[in-house]
Amino acid sequence: MISVYYFGAISLILIGLYAVLVKKNVLKMLIGLSIMETGVNLLLVSVGYISGRSAPILSEGIGPNQAVDPIPQALVLTAIVIGVATTAMALSVAMIIYERYGTLNVEEIRRLRG
Amino acid sequence: MLKRALAIITLLIIGYWLAQGLAGVPFGEDRMLVGQYYLDHVKEQTGAVNAVTAVVVNYRGFDTLGEVTVLFIASTGVGALLWRRKKERTAKTEGSIVLTTGTRLLVPFVMLFGAYIFIHGHLTPGGGFPGGATIATAFLLLYMAFIVYEIPHKAFEKVEGAVGMTYVIVGLIGLAIGGYFLYDWIWQDWQWGAENIGRLFSGGFIPVIYTIIGLKVGTELSGIIDNMVKEEVSE
Repeated sequence: MISVYYFGAISLILIGLYAVLVKKNVLKMLIGLSIMETGVNLLLVSVGYISGRSAPILSEGIGPNQAVDPIPQALVLTAIVIGVATTAMALSVAMIIYERYGTLNVEEIRRLRG
Repeated sequence: MLKRALAIITLLIIGYWLAQGLAGVPFGEDRMLVGQYYLDHVKEQTGAVNAVTAVVVNYRGFDTLGEVTVLFIASTGVGALLWRRKKERTAKTEGSIVLTTGTRLLVPFVMLFGAYIFIHGHLTPGGGFPGGATIATAFLLLYMAFIVYEIPHKAFEKVEGAVGMTYVIVGLIGLAIGGYFLYDWIWQDWQWGAENIGRLFSGGFIPVIYTIIGLKVGTELSGIIDNMVKEEVSE
């Protein structure tokens, strides 16, 4: 039986992908991308979890054998920042699209272009 | 309707396929190889007690340099995309007195907490990126509460460039002393802070790098906010 964390992460990825595939509003597609990114990050972090261990900060009482894997957390720290950066770029592109075409509907933008 | 049904069926197939793949990765089991090495040696090799920030800054410092570069490019890109000759704040409604007074009271605390997070990156959860984001939140508060507030652009751009350069310079000093880029000279050569691991003045160059990153992320995110809330004035 699959773990509930994996299930939740896969569900988030699929919900985000659904929004990107089906929705016609650019902003809703961007929300879908953000949800997908959250799912990927959750999946990465939950792969590094070890039952019964605590956060990898080696203070009093927590030795190297009572901490979870630090590498996925470092990886996710990078991934979150990159996600924020791409989202900011995409949002400013969406602002320009709206100013130039007066709509955020992807099908209408295609029609205006052609 | 047909499109949605097709999309759902496709996604269910993809989800089943992903779940099949993850069935071979049992949840909550010890699978560490390199991670165990990092946990075992983090104290004597870097002087930090927070293994995640040690991995981010010390063991895999190039990732962080790339990450800062990505953020810088995004900030520059937003600035380039939303560049216009005449841009001003266009908010017309004044915030309520509760909002403005509350913001006045809160902003110093938010900034102090952000600085706390990035200075204590080697001891507590957090580090440069959360601390910088917290500082940007303080500027976002100012933007939301006051209709005429603008960040001091000249100072912000200078700080952004200077801290970015300082990061590379710290890495280059390591190259000159230790033979490779981002070599932790404060810890490896000077043994500075070796007797008080777990206190503030320890951790090699992790607090230095994280202060730099915190300032850079704070100024960059504030710059992105500034670019996004401004609009072209039509007159």
